[in-house]
Amino acid sequence: MQDGNQIHAGFSDPVFQSQGAFRALLAALSEPGLACDIGVSVETPVGLEPATAVTLLTLADYETPIWLPAALRDGPAGAWLRFHCGAALVEDPSRAAFAVIDGTVPEPKLSAFNAGDDQFPDRSTTVLVQCAGLAGGEAVVLEGPGIAGRRSIAPTDLRAGFWAEIEDNAALYPLGVDLLLVHDSQVLGLPRSTQIVETR
Amino acid sequence: MTVHQSISDEAKPAYNYAYLDEQTKRMIRRALLKAVAIPGYQVPFGSREMPLARGWGTGGIQVTAAIIGPDDTLKVIDQGADDTTNAVSIRRFFERTADARTTEATDEATIIQTRHRIPEAPLKAGQIMVYQVPQPEPLRKLEPHEAETRKMHAWAEYGLMQVKLYENIARFGEVTTTYDYPVMVNGRYVMAPSPIPKFDNPKMQMSPALQLFGAGREKRIYAVPPHTSVRSLDFEDHPFRIQSWEQPCALCGAADSYLDEVVIDDQGGRMFVCSDSHHCETRRAQGHRGTMLGDATASGLVEAKS
Ligand SMILES: [Zn+2]
Repeated sequence: MQDGNQIHAGFSDPVFQSQGAFRALLAALSEPGLACDIGVSVETPVGLEPATAVTLLTLADYETPIWLPAALRDGPAGAWLRFHCGAALVEDPSRAAFAVIDGTVPEPKLSAFNAGDDQFPDRSTTVLVQCAGLAGGEAVVLEGPGIAGRRSIAPTDLRAGFWAEIEDNAALYPLGVDLLLVHDSQVLGLPRSTQIVETR
Repeated sequence: MTVHQSISDEAKPAYNYAYLDEQTKRMIRRALLKAVAIPGYQVPFGSREMPLARGWGTGGIQVTAAIIGPDDTLKVIDQGADDTTNAVSIRRFFERTADARTTEATDEATIIQTRHRIPEAPLKAGQIMVYQVPQPEPLRKLEPHEAETRKMHAWAEYGLMQVKLYENIARFGEVTTTYDYPVMVNGRYVMAPSPIPKFDNPKMQMSPALQLFGAGREKRIYAVPPHTSVRSLDFEDHPFRIQSWEQPCALCGAADSYLDEVVIDDQGGRMFVCSDSHHCETRRAQGHRGTMLGDATASGLVEAKS
């Protein structure tokens, strides 16, 4: 590192590590509810799950503004993303192409991010929800594209009303944000096309 | 121009893995993820010039280049065959730029790049189909302006499409479109399946494979995730029907595959054979014989294989 010895390294082999990580992300969003291992590890700045860091290294750059909670934005995580991705860190959630939120924290709501518009629904925020775990919580049953029949997931410790927010987001279809639930090296996709069938 | 001429061996080290630079791959990858999240919706992307002539499927090639990695095995087909000039050139392109492992066997491939066909062998979970798309807009013949078709998709105004199909039925007694027959994806977007025969449309419905579509000239990417509803547009009184043939494949006897008419001599002799050459060869290797296999082998039209 030329500047700032507190900034951790990024990919050691960017071409192949980003390719491998992308395929995990493609699998996660193609088959919602299926936890996929991102398959790559990097030295992660404090506050980012390993899969969050790898996802942003893989997908973010100067064309994709990132929203982070203020504590992360102003700390090592923000510096690391500016350095490795060249991404702008924005304060306004509705301007973000990517966002990282803590699944236990009540704000910001998913509705604060960009849901796209009816002619360009692709211009929506992809929200990475950092979770305490992707299994062992209360079961939620999903259906929709990418799911043969139904699929049950059980991420842990999500904020009160989280699934209602997901239902509201799905109701905007084909608009809406797309979610990646992340924990450790795992990533689980919840695109806007996924419907919540039941929560227990 | 062929890939063979445009990429000399000496020049090879100057190219990025899979040709594209990392910034371009990131941009295409972001478009692919949004495409998967909105099945059937056309995502605009910044298409790059590729070292292949226009019309060679540069959209499909860019999609494959953005997804392929060392763990993949690539199959490339054109009109159902692995050995046409186009398919060979694209396969060679990825062998040279990505050191790709390639195959002609459908069930061994992790990525199948295609123009004009979906293989006859059922696709499997984990496989990715990459379609080369010349015209991604299913409404373009009805409405030449992009600004208008975009609004039609935005508001799901597909009445004009239905009217056009119904006029076809009124005039000809059936929908005469046989290729690129429009489909409704996930009950929301009308999508062009690319110029595959309508025979292949039902293979898209609830397929276990991920299907990605790239249109280079038109700069659009779209996708159908696995297990997604893909319905060919039709009417209650005129249900969608696929093509059928009166006789089976003359070489392998298959009665359920898509057949091409082939001229076999200069006296106007013809036979109908599987367009999916690998499927036909596989069946013959299993001992299936069509009525003209003997003649075709004797005259050198088909390689004798034991
Ligand atoms: Zn045959």
